[in-house]
Amino acid sequence: MGFCFSDRVPLIFERSRPGRRGTPAPARAADPAELFGEANLRERPPALPEVDELTALRHYTNLSRRQVGVDTTFYPLGSCTMKYNPRVLEAAARLFADLHPYQDEASLQGALFLMHELGEYLKALTGMDAITLQPAAGAHGELTGMLVVRAYHADRGELEQRRVVLVPDSAHGSNPATSAMAGFEVREVPSDADGEVDLEALKRELGDHVAAIMLTNPNTLGLFERRILSLTEAAHAAGVQLYYDGANLNAIMGWARPGDMGFDVVHLNLHKTFATPHGGGGPGAGPVAVKAHLAPYLPVPLVEKTPAGYRLDFQRPKSIGRVRSFFGNFGVLVKAYAYIRLLGREGLKRAAALSVLNARYLKELLKRRGYRVPYDGPTMHEFVAQPPEGLRALDVAKALLDEGFHPPTIYFPLIVKEAMMIEPTETEAKETLEAFAEALGRIARRGQEDPDWLHGAPYTTPVRRLDEVRANRRPVLRWRPD
Amino acid sequence: MPYAPHTEAEVRAMLADLGLERLEELYAHLPADLLDPPIELPEPMNEDALLRHLAEVAARNRPGRVFLGGGVRDHFVPAIVDTVAGRGEFLTAYTPYQPEASQGVLQAIFEYQTMIAELTALDVANASLYDGASALAEGVLLALRATRRMRAMVSRGVHPEYRQVLATYLNAVGADLEEVPLEGDRTPAFAVADDVGAVVVQSPNFLGAIEAYAPLAEAAHAAGALLVVVADPLSLAVLRPPGEQGADVAVGEGQPLGNPMSLGGPHFGYIAVREGLLRQLPGRLVSMTEDAEGRRGFVLALSAREQHIRRAKARSNITTNAQNAALRATVHLAALGPEGLKGVALATAAAARRLYQLLLEAGGVRPLTRPPFFAEFALRLPKDPAEVRSLLAEAGYHGAYPIPEYGEGAALFAASERMTEDDLLAFARAFFVAVGG
Repeated sequence: MGFCFSDRVPLIFERSRPGRRGTPAPARAADPAELFGEANLRERPPALPEVDELTALRHYTNLSRRQVGVDTTFYPLGSCTMKYNPRVLEAAARLFADLHPYQDEASLQGALFLMHELGEYLKALTGMDAITLQPAAGAHGELTGMLVVRAYHADRGELEQRRVVLVPDSAHGSNPATSAMAGFEVREVPSDADGEVDLEALKRELGDHVAAIMLTNPNTLGLFERRILSLTEAAHAAGVQLYYDGANLNAIMGWARPGDMGFDVVHLNLHKTFATPHGGGGPGAGPVAVKAHLAPYLPVPLVEKTPAGYRLDFQRPKSIGRVRSFFGNFGVLVKAYAYIRLLGREGLKRAAALSVLNARYLKELLKRRGYRVPYDGPTMHEFVAQPPEGLRALDVAKALLDEGFHPPTIYFPLIVKEAMMIEPTETEAKETLEAFAEALGRIARRGQEDPDWLHGAPYTTPVRRLDEVRANRRPVLRWRPD
Repeated sequence: MPYAPHTEAEVRAMLADLGLERLEELYAHLPADLLDPPIELPEPMNEDALLRHLAEVAARNRPGRVFLGGGVRDHFVPAIVDTVAGRGEFLTAYTPYQPEASQGVLQAIFEYQTMIAELTALDVANASLYDGASALAEGVLLALRATRRMRAMVSRGVHPEYRQVLATYLNAVGADLEEVPLEGDRTPAFAVADDVGAVVVQSPNFLGAIEAYAPLAEAAHAAGALLVVVADPLSLAVLRPPGEQGADVAVGEGQPLGNPMSLGGPHFGYIAVREGLLRQLPGRLVSMTEDAEGRRGFVLALSAREQHIRRAKARSNITTNAQNAALRATVHLAALGPEGLKGVALATAAAARRLYQLLLEAGGVRPLTRPPFFAEFALRLPKDPAEVRSLLAEAGYHGAYPIPEYGEGAALFAASERMTEDDLLAFARAFFVAVGG
């Protein structure tokens, strides 16, 4: 796949030579013992690599060539929205790189304006009343949102009885993990034959012991919950709060809003829906928007617009407190703001529609090549396929690497065996989707004829299948000098 | 729309393939009441107009030399950090679930884990967490899990915002949190009851002071508790590391390693532990292993701890780390090396000490922090620190963060290796005017 320039990149530590120096350090005469006292000094220096700057640059540049990203490769990872990250967003963030969080408010009016405006845009897009931008990631937003729900029930004197959070069996793993971290018990609700939440089963679970329901809509099968209004109405009648996991908002951005569906709290993934880079696994941002009745519980501080300018509101006695230091991942917020300003309302709507169009088109191409779609309803921005009978999703994924594609999410959602969860996003061209489908067709044909070939894939990547059993039984988590 | 490749003809052809004519039909199955909500957003802009608009917004911030701290400071970032971290392969990848296509990120994480373990003198570090505050919360939750206790004690020398985040997390699981007041600028010796699972101290503490916490480690261990130490990673280039002073868990804010201040984020938090606590660690871990042909490679390991496998029984709900920020630290540490990092740390501390001496010459200013300190220190000012901060900002300097929790007139200052003698003198002159005027 074009990145096999080097069979092996040594560790940076193995490139180290005693006495070699990298980027020149500042010179200010200082006596450590005088500054800190002998007893406080480190005896042995940390074994950091001693390399010159070119060696460091070449090392990490070559490492990057053993890595694929959206910039190099079609990356249809389901529920992750691996869309193009316009590079102008990086330039936007650099304009705000030198601000310190403890500056005087009067000296931060531009930054506070930007946060306030972004909050207004996100409230408009979700149909909510109040927002915090503090959470640092989607899962962090989930925790924040569930702590807000918890504080709401506690304030009403109902927390003791409302111990349960209902989560569909198709939910992201972070939903039950978050509920547990927020001090709740988790109960799973089954999906029905169409892949939507089994509404009758859910209604049977409702009651004054339930604190909240966490839902993704469209769900992880890519299906919009068509009975959502009945669902939220029934839940509200039982005093239950509705939590919207925003992982899949890209499908409906500008077309429909969680607030109008009846959700009380929403988290957004700016690194998915709003095109900020995923960074190899963060940093992202996970703002949380709520309806008015939950606003008193949001974390402090909130940005407030006053006639005298923007200010930070710390005086919020019912707040859950802080979930992160300072104001969250501000640099990511700048990028999301920039993305929304580039596209505008019509651009965002069209992005959503094209993400659905791409996914629907690709689904049909795959079905014609023998791939099965067990919940083949009107899927939206993503769909869940299965390889042809007898083939394993893992093997197909590995073979895709040899074809020059990043595989989809596999073995998720858990309710589909050999699941391949495919989300192409709106920024991929028709011919890319067709080439991907062709590759999957070739893999299916050859895999059925020659199972050993398929089990052995990949063949052309910098390393082949790795021994994960060994990594788990005898993990080697750091280099040691020897 | 911008950035989507579809021509109108292609949209029509793709719709036709689905038996549709218009994009709106893709939403026809949604409840009609939900469709086309009124959403007010500004008109779209092109890239040039966007950058001009943002430059105008940025100009509403008042620029100035930064003498503020709280764990985030104005350190120099070598140019190769931006070059590497901005490479699209690193910037636009996601979780390395497909190791064959992700050796770049995985090996970089392995190197990062090693560097953090070295800096802290502990056995193992994870791939990073969101920030210093959430890293502390995760570190304390880890200690409570390991000891099966539900009570933590934290020194008020720990960053106030970290304590607030810790309180939020512990409240959620119903654990108790007790704060220990400082004596002057440092944590006093205190008794640890035998139902306490975690004792937390920060060194250099929020006031900059270097704490002698080895006795506290003994007290904690005697009570069966674990010691969690918050440490500025830059300070560990020269100061005795947590692992050599009895810490079981070390956490901290990574910004001083190669990340711009950026109003406090995105940055990363680090966490490192003793070997015996490995399986309690939250978040991602990368292990070295071999491929089918015996070549060295790297994979995510021990993921049975994590949410996508364990769901409600996971160690934490954390899903990502803060990889691009941690990568910046990795490249920063590689570029500087042990001697370079030590040079930055010493120059920072020397500049802070010089600034301390200069500012104490102002009338009515008294020390709150006593040496030895590292990069930050607190003073008692003879007038409202908020007003001093505001006057300094008008003069082109950001300094004097008000910290009323530590007494009337208390304000925090910081320096870094970037400040020359002239910079320090100029800031001191502005400070004299601000506190005297």
